[in-house]
Amino acid sequence: MALALALGAVLATLVVVFVARPFLREPAPASDRLDEPGAAERLRLELLESRDRALAALKELEFDHRTGKVTDDDYREQLGPLRRRAAETLRALEPRAEARPERIGSGR
Amino acid sequence: MAALGRVALLLSFALVAYALAAGSFAAYTRRRRLALSAQNALLAAFGTTLVAAGVLLAALARHDFSFVYVASHTSRSLPLGYTLSAFWGGQEGSLLLWLLILSGYSALAVWLNRRSRQLITWVVPVLGGVATFFAFMLCFVSSPFDQAVAPADGAGMVASLQNPYMLAHPPMLYLGYVGLTIPFAFAMGALLSGRTDERWIVATRRWTLAAWTFLGVGQLLGAHWAYVEIGWGGYYAWDPVENAALMPWLAATAFLHSVMIQEKRGMLKVWNMVLVALAFNLSILGTFLTRSGVVNSIHSFSQSSIGGWFLGFIVVCVLFSVAIIYLRLPLLRARTKLESLVSREATFLYNNLLLVALALTILWGVMYPLLTQAVNGETRSVSKPYYDFFLHSFGLPLLLLMGIGPLVAWRRASLRALGKTFVIPAVTALVTGVALIAVGLGSSTPGLLAYTFSAFVLASIVLEFVRGTRATGSLRRLVAKNRRRYGGYVVHASVLLLAIGVAGSSAYQTIRESGLKPGQSMEVAGYTLTYRSLENTQQSNSQTTSATVDVYRGGSHLSTLHPGKSFFPVEQDFGNDVAIYHDPRNLGDVFTIADQFDKNGTLFLKVLVKPLVNLVWAAGFLFVFGSLVALWPDAVEQRRLAERYEPGAAVARG
Repeated sequence: MALALALGAVLATLVVVFVARPFLREPAPASDRLDEPGAAERLRLELLESRDRALAALKELEFDHRTGKVTDDDYREQLGPLRRRAAETLRALEPRAEARPERIGSGR
Repeated sequence: MAALGRVALLLSFALVAYALAAGSFAAYTRRRRLALSAQNALLAAFGTTLVAAGVLLAALARHDFSFVYVASHTSRSLPLGYTLSAFWGGQEGSLLLWLLILSGYSALAVWLNRRSRQLITWVVPVLGGVATFFAFMLCFVSSPFDQAVAPADGAGMVASLQNPYMLAHPPMLYLGYVGLTIPFAFAMGALLSGRTDERWIVATRRWTLAAWTFLGVGQLLGAHWAYVEIGWGGYYAWDPVENAALMPWLAATAFLHSVMIQEKRGMLKVWNMVLVALAFNLSILGTFLTRSGVVNSIHSFSQSSIGGWFLGFIVVCVLFSVAIIYLRLPLLRARTKLESLVSREATFLYNNLLLVALALTILWGVMYPLLTQAVNGETRSVSKPYYDFFLHSFGLPLLLLMGIGPLVAWRRASLRALGKTFVIPAVTALVTGVALIAVGLGSSTPGLLAYTFSAFVLASIVLEFVRGTRATGSLRRLVAKNRRRYGGYVVHASVLLLAIGVAGSSAYQTIRESGLKPGQSMEVAGYTLTYRSLENTQQSNSQTTSATVDVYRGGSHLSTLHPGKSFFPVEQDFGNDVAIYHDPRNLGDVFTIADQFDKNGTLFLKVLVKPLVNLVWAAGFLFVFGSLVALWPDAVEQRRLAERYEPGAAVARG
């Protein structure tokens, strides 16, 4: 019983130290704010997802055409709008690639 | 050592409660160090729960009957493997297993996503919240570390649990049930933080697939346990506890399909949230049904009084899920629409509706006796015909959709293209159907439809691989380029095997029962079974009486079987020892049950001939293989996702 309780006390001490570690390592940090994506970062993410979706759709169309699921006529009809969409998202991403993503609460 | 176990559990409770409270506060007030501290608490909770689990395992291994749990579920004569499996054989131990797996999964999820702090800030308190409930139950309601004066021997283990499948079936199911908490926590975390991009889906894709695979394998192991142990010749009886595992699996299957629509088209965001919440809540309901003993089940060895607590927790989880999804509805609006009702995404939607409808009808069947009991005070049970009707109504169209989906193009498909891609599978199905009728197998309409649809699906899967290989130049490149899709097709093939096995073994099985004296024979579906003799044997934990039965076909001796019964003196319980001959020619079984032994030496032998039943078990191996293909990391995709989600990566490369 005594041994078990002693082991329990050691375990409790280890756990408390581990949980308190962020405070022990940085007792007085320059900033304690969590990073939060700013509007520009959220927009960048949205555009990247749209870009990937558009490019994936183009690949899918190409593959479906090659495997016979899309006829030549359907392929030609769908290709234009998908390419335009992909180009739009790529264009929308370009100017933002020059600026660093806006962030608030730099954290560290 | 029970004191160490109790202390470890109390620490686990304090840690996960801290992760919930401090994690929520840190996420709300955006405090970085507090959020990190809450994450550390979740990591540490795994360590303390591991210590508690170690204490219980040690007590089981040492037959320390001063632990009430050990005395209640084991005995000195129980072999070591079964003794250790008692860890999850009782309520307290299985709750500890839940917490152990949950804290392990949580620690791993936090560790893997430690750089994505924005993502996991709200995930930590959700995981902490779920873990707090289980830790609370273990500390204050149902502790595995309760002690009493040690009896000379324990009460032993229920006979039906003394089976090798019990070593793997419950842990597999729990790995699945608990695994569904991770996608739920990430989904709810995304909603709480107001981030409804696809980050949470990317982070949980493999978690969901792994949990779904474990749940599927766990069910198949359970089905095999029922087949070889319960001794009625079947493997699935629509038992409430079996259904409890099937429902979240169906919901997770729907989610795995619909999440692809969100990734590819940005649609179904609300639906995906609903599905992930449904799968999680059904997994908690499954644990409640298994552990509470509120329903009559072959699993009713686990009666208890924890039902009220679980019911309360389920209500809290459902209300939380509904409220948070409702409050975030404006953020979940899709910007694109379904272009055509004849498209790949539309077939996914139909598949989703059927899967959810099947899950909900099963839920109604499970809950109906409880509701009638609560309302009228009388229990009305829902029986096999109810489930069979809905399985045929929803399951057969689902089977067909598995074949249709891959043949249809994304976005929209024209009739001309459909005509071209459908011709081979449709002709294959038609020929199969006509051939089956011609050889006299049209007696069962569901069986005939299942086989005809299966032929369609098989042809469609083979075509997909052939056409894809032609388009990309090699099978290896084809699969490597889209592991999820082709792993998925392998899983579809396994479902096909399952459907063929289930249809064959249920629609076309033969059952005969006969009283035989030594030397006498019986004929069943072309097999001759001759009863030779009876013998008694003694094992460490049981006494077995078994018959010797020779199996012949066409005059050739195929096998000698030993069906019997075992008596477990410690438990004062009987168990069936069925004996099975696996026939490689029809992939079926000759399943024998020694129903009764007469004083005059007469054996009442029940024989079931179940054609194709081994395909059900073979399906399990193919299912695991397909899941592994789908789970295998894709380096190209990972680089693309890293670029997407690592802030500044695109800038650096641009």
